[in-house]
Amino acid sequence: MSHTSLEERIALKHGAGGRAMRALIEQVLLDGIAPGSWIGADAMDDGAAIRVGEQWLVVTTDSHVVQPAFFPGGDIGRLAVCGTVNDLAMMGATEPLGLTCAMVLEEGFSRESLLAIHASMRQACAEAGTTIVTGDTKVMGRGEVDGIVVNTTGVALTPAIVRDAGLQPGDRIIVTGTIGDHGLAVTAARHKLGIEGTLQSDVAPINGLARAAIAAAAAGGITAMKDPTRGGLASALHEMAAKSRVGIVLEDRAIPISDAVRGAAELLGIDPLHVANEGKAVIGVRAGEADAVLRALRGHALGRDAAIVGTCVAERPGLLVLDTGFGRRLVAEPEGEPLPRIC
Amino acid sequence: MADAHAALTRLQFRDPERAAALVRALHRVTAEVRREPVAIMHVCGSHEQAIARFGLRAVFPRSLDVIMGPGCPVCITDLPEVDEAVALARQGIRLATYADMLKVRGSALSLADVQAEGARIDVVYSITQAVALARKTPSEPLVFFATGFETTAVATAAVILGDPPPNLSVLSAHKYIPPVMAIVSEMPDTRVEGFLAAGHAATITGWGIYEAFVARHRKPVVVAGFEPLDILAGLVRLVELVRDAAPEVANMYPRCVTKEGNLQAQQQLWRVFRPIGGRWRGIAHVPNGNLRLRDEWAGVDARRRFEIDVASLWDTAPPALVQQCICGDIMAGIASPRDCALFGRECLPDSAVGACMVSSEGTCRIWHQYGGHPDLAALPVDPYARRA
Repeated sequence: MSHTSLEERIALKHGAGGRAMRALIEQVLLDGIAPGSWIGADAMDDGAAIRVGEQWLVVTTDSHVVQPAFFPGGDIGRLAVCGTVNDLAMMGATEPLGLTCAMVLEEGFSRESLLAIHASMRQACAEAGTTIVTGDTKVMGRGEVDGIVVNTTGVALTPAIVRDAGLQPGDRIIVTGTIGDHGLAVTAARHKLGIEGTLQSDVAPINGLARAAIAAAAAGGITAMKDPTRGGLASALHEMAAKSRVGIVLEDRAIPISDAVRGAAELLGIDPLHVANEGKAVIGVRAGEADAVLRALRGHALGRDAAIVGTCVAERPGLLVLDTGFGRRLVAEPEGEPLPRIC
Repeated sequence: MADAHAALTRLQFRDPERAAALVRALHRVTAEVRREPVAIMHVCGSHEQAIARFGLRAVFPRSLDVIMGPGCPVCITDLPEVDEAVALARQGIRLATYADMLKVRGSALSLADVQAEGARIDVVYSITQAVALARKTPSEPLVFFATGFETTAVATAAVILGDPPPNLSVLSAHKYIPPVMAIVSEMPDTRVEGFLAAGHAATITGWGIYEAFVARHRKPVVVAGFEPLDILAGLVRLVELVRDAAPEVANMYPRCVTKEGNLQAQQQLWRVFRPIGGRWRGIAHVPNGNLRLRDEWAGVDARRRFEIDVASLWDTAPPALVQQCICGDIMAGIASPRDCALFGRECLPDSAVGACMVSSEGTCRIWHQYGGHPDLAALPVDPYARRA
């Protein structure tokens, strides 16, 4: 399916959430991992799920590196907690039992920054209704690591798993709020583009939001969930469409995008569909449940801008079609980190 | 950097209701031509970008072929020109150029190849950034590898006229669009019956420049902007002129383009550059299609300041895949990416074989990103139906 073969050395694109990253995982990291009676790494879902009695134990892990570590709307600490809480939530496990936190610090990292990062981890844990239960700290020499790397692992129990592969023709696609906020805020801050003022990362724990959506739907009403992080909405939907073997028709005008993001993306030549989010979910819903789920989401503080943005079709499985309002086109899977256009 | 509000105001030219009316008009006038297919060509990567990005090909009449011609400046920069830059960089001269130029191969190597060997190449967004770089290190020569059409050539000219730092030189691979339209029109295999001309180039040259072409080649030219409504209105007018067998120039971008154009910019352009004949990659020799520095500016001209040892590249062979690349035929409008055996397989944006896959304005890159000619209009879903 993928024509990308792995090169001799790892490149940045192998971590950008697109096709190259998938090739790396499929060709190297999954080698020798046998599928079992659990949902494991081979499913390439947001986390793993292991049967424990009548329940599922969901486990997920994520290492966080972000430059700059402090960005408008958040920092690496908040990101590390939310990233893991949200991955659990996207499997239907919305009540995390606890998180672990492993930090790798660069010699010379400021104590003040570390305190600020720790404080925002505590704050994010409080918002998510969880806590950090154990951790590990390593310090590396100057230049051996860039400032700080934070790894978090999370565990949660849930009676029912939500996958990212259950979409069926006719299902509606809901996005829980404006897209592109996190990636553009960080890009603008990193490259000092002079447009930072209006852009804010959306980084937030969305387990409460996911819980509201699940509660509003009848059993089986939610067919898939995913958080559109690296690679943005396009990457998340591509993955869901490919795994579910459906086509997805997206309606451009229905996709919520803030004026600040729309303006900045237009200016930089970046497609907001390819830009990372850290406080949003993409939810596949049976058509009959869509309105109820939408109402529940909009009643939640983090879901006020939720919208139905697309429909699944049996035709063109694995493809993403964008109805632009003028015509229709395909949406490509992102290749790497979106960068401002050059000329 | 301009503020985001300016970018937002562009959105007012994106009214889907008016677009739908123009699409209906386009179907009507295309049917009125009473033969098919009707083939027209645009010569601008930004037009293809907009057509693809807004999904317009899905609503064009099936009997209308909108072909992208040699409109991508990165793509048409020819092998010997890239070779000159590669040779200079290999000789240890520091270079500055646009990011896309790094990945375009010359007869064997690209600038990215020699950068990996240790050559110093800075990526810049504009020539003014190259000027700033040169000022920072006044004792070291810096060559700006200048590519692009008249729009970017004017920026290069302004810098050369504006007392540039003495350590800065320009290696000009600038191209001039009007002559290549004549070449495409005269190609024996061409089906092109009219041209959509690029609005931003015409802001400089004025639309009057196309009158001589129209008189000689008896093919209509319509100047159009880059928003969906601009493009659709331009196409309607162009197909009307084809239908009426009326070879004339129409300006459908009057909010920016005049008949005379920007006289000051033209004056600057021709004071610095002279047009000479030269090859465009994959197309042909284009008389007056290349812009070179006039003798007066020899002191800024990298070709005269440095001994460029292009022969040093002759013992390196190009990768075997390059033999199968059909970028030339694609840019001439004779073939489409679908005809290429490499497209979407060996040739991808992150491992481009041909120049058309490198630049965001290249046909193959755009088709790869947006799906080329997707037949998507008839999908059995109406996303609007759920609205009560």
